[in-house]
Amino acid sequence: MSRIVSYHSITAEDGNLIALYRSLGINYPKFFKMDRMSKAGFLAAEAVLGQAGLRNEEPKDDVSIVLVNSTASTVDDIEFQKTIGDQEYFPSPSLFVYTLPNVVCGEIAIRNRILGETSFYVQERFDAAFLVRAVRWAFADRSIGKVLCGWTECLAGDRVCRMMLVERDGSGGTGFTEETINEIFKR
Amino acid sequence: MVAIAGHNIYTGLGFGSRAVYDRVRAGSSGLALREGTFGVPEPFVASLFDRSAIRERFGDRDGAGTMTPLEMAMVLSAEDAVRMAGIDASSEDTIFVISTTKGNVELLENAPDGGDPRLALWHSARTVASRFGNPNEPVCVSNACTSGICAQIVAKRAIEEEGYTHAVVIGADMLSRFVVSGFQCLKALSGKRCRPFDRERDGLNLSEGVATLVLTSTGTGIGVELEDGCIRNDANHISAPSRTAAGQTAAIRAVMDEGRAAGLAFINLHGTATLYNDSMESVALHQCGLDGVPAVSYKSIFGHTLGAAGVIETVISCLALKERVVFPTPGYRECGVPYPLSLSEDFRPAAGDRFLKIMSGFGGINAATLYRRTGDE
Repeated sequence: MSRIVSYHSITAEDGNLIALYRSLGINYPKFFKMDRMSKAGFLAAEAVLGQAGLRNEEPKDDVSIVLVNSTASTVDDIEFQKTIGDQEYFPSPSLFVYTLPNVVCGEIAIRNRILGETSFYVQERFDAAFLVRAVRWAFADRSIGKVLCGWTECLAGDRVCRMMLVERDGSGGTGFTEETINEIFKR
Repeated sequence: MVAIAGHNIYTGLGFGSRAVYDRVRAGSSGLALREGTFGVPEPFVASLFDRSAIRERFGDRDGAGTMTPLEMAMVLSAEDAVRMAGIDASSEDTIFVISTTKGNVELLENAPDGGDPRLALWHSARTVASRFGNPNEPVCVSNACTSGICAQIVAKRAIEEEGYTHAVVIGADMLSRFVVSGFQCLKALSGKRCRPFDRERDGLNLSEGVATLVLTSTGTGIGVELEDGCIRNDANHISAPSRTAAGQTAAIRAVMDEGRAAGLAFINLHGTATLYNDSMESVALHQCGLDGVPAVSYKSIFGHTLGAAGVIETVISCLALKERVVFPTPGYRECGVPYPLSLSEDFRPAAGDRFLKIMSGFGGINAATLYRRTGDE
């Protein structure tokens, strides 16, 4: 059965994402150009992949990314909409590119050279059962051995990011099930 | 086997796959210069819906008071495809998979704080699925411009891995001040009808559209199966395709082998007519040894319908495969990509039982799907 290799949450209590970035000793200037969701997803992925020894720039063609949230890119959509008013019309390309939620998958893939599948889904609320299904779909691609998966939401006050790395087959450790996911992210 | 059992296309050109197919077969395109539409300062070329015509067609069905034109068009499209497939869309054995990039984003104009619940993509998906009395939570795929074929891949996996009997895949996107402004500020739009793969190409045309595919594990449907599919990231840039085309090449290689390549009738390209996309696709096909296969982009017919594009183009390609023709790529005259592809402004006969479809999008994503003719209806 699939098992959980590593996991990490980034919550509102973690405070400022830039401060968190600095505290982790990461040197990746592109981080500062990212939107809030990508920053949170990036930092969670750094932790999860770091624990698994995969935080590096070696090409990884057997790793996929599957992320889910509820509001897609609404936070960025609201910001972009402000730039296209009748009186003040100054749409910005650097803002517009983040009005697609799957861009967070791209940011993580670029940083860690993840070359498998990247998929983004939108669901009403965090649902461990859906995550199990979405990862099963990713493993339907037989050349994929690991999936970085989770929930990336960036509304103020919400727990922003819950991420884990799942291995296709394995013994020992924690099985990747609805129950274990809920147990881990309740802590 | 996952077969295509029903389909519908709904665009500004008309309602119903056959109606739209016959119109484009006869040379029609809904692409026209739009000035002042959505109040954007620069003119743009697009194929658009008549929203009042959608409301009229929707009539007094349940939800007429609260649903948006996008959601109404999705319901109408899915109703038609479900009827054609003869499936029970209210069954727990049927799953809905929705592909949209921006959903009802135009509602931000009146709800700038994001407070309108219909802004949520899952909300639109649920609104549509519940119109059919379907008890399952619909799946909402948001993979940028590849969403329409990613949704088909997900639907196939849900059938094969989870035992669903049918999947209703709906692709849908509308244009708005938001979407047009965004693509304009990226300098991605052509001021004229776009010209995929041509030397003179200078950008894409955005358009509106909705389409549905019903996939089934029972029977052979219309005689075309979704044989394989693959999604790959090129981990290169969030808003530009990789110059090495590594992701698209990997996705194509995953669904092709020698036998399949020998049976290819044509390749349905993404072909947005941006400089970088079309070049990347030519590199990918060259690397896969497929640059000599007849190829087509429908973007100079339909424009780029974003989340609907993968579904609309799949339906057109299925009908073309059955009719044994390769569609023309209007505006393609002189090769403007690193490796010449076999494109034409004319209809060509198609030999072979398969077609390959490829797409790529923001976030570094690439996808490929392969379809096979299994017989006649």
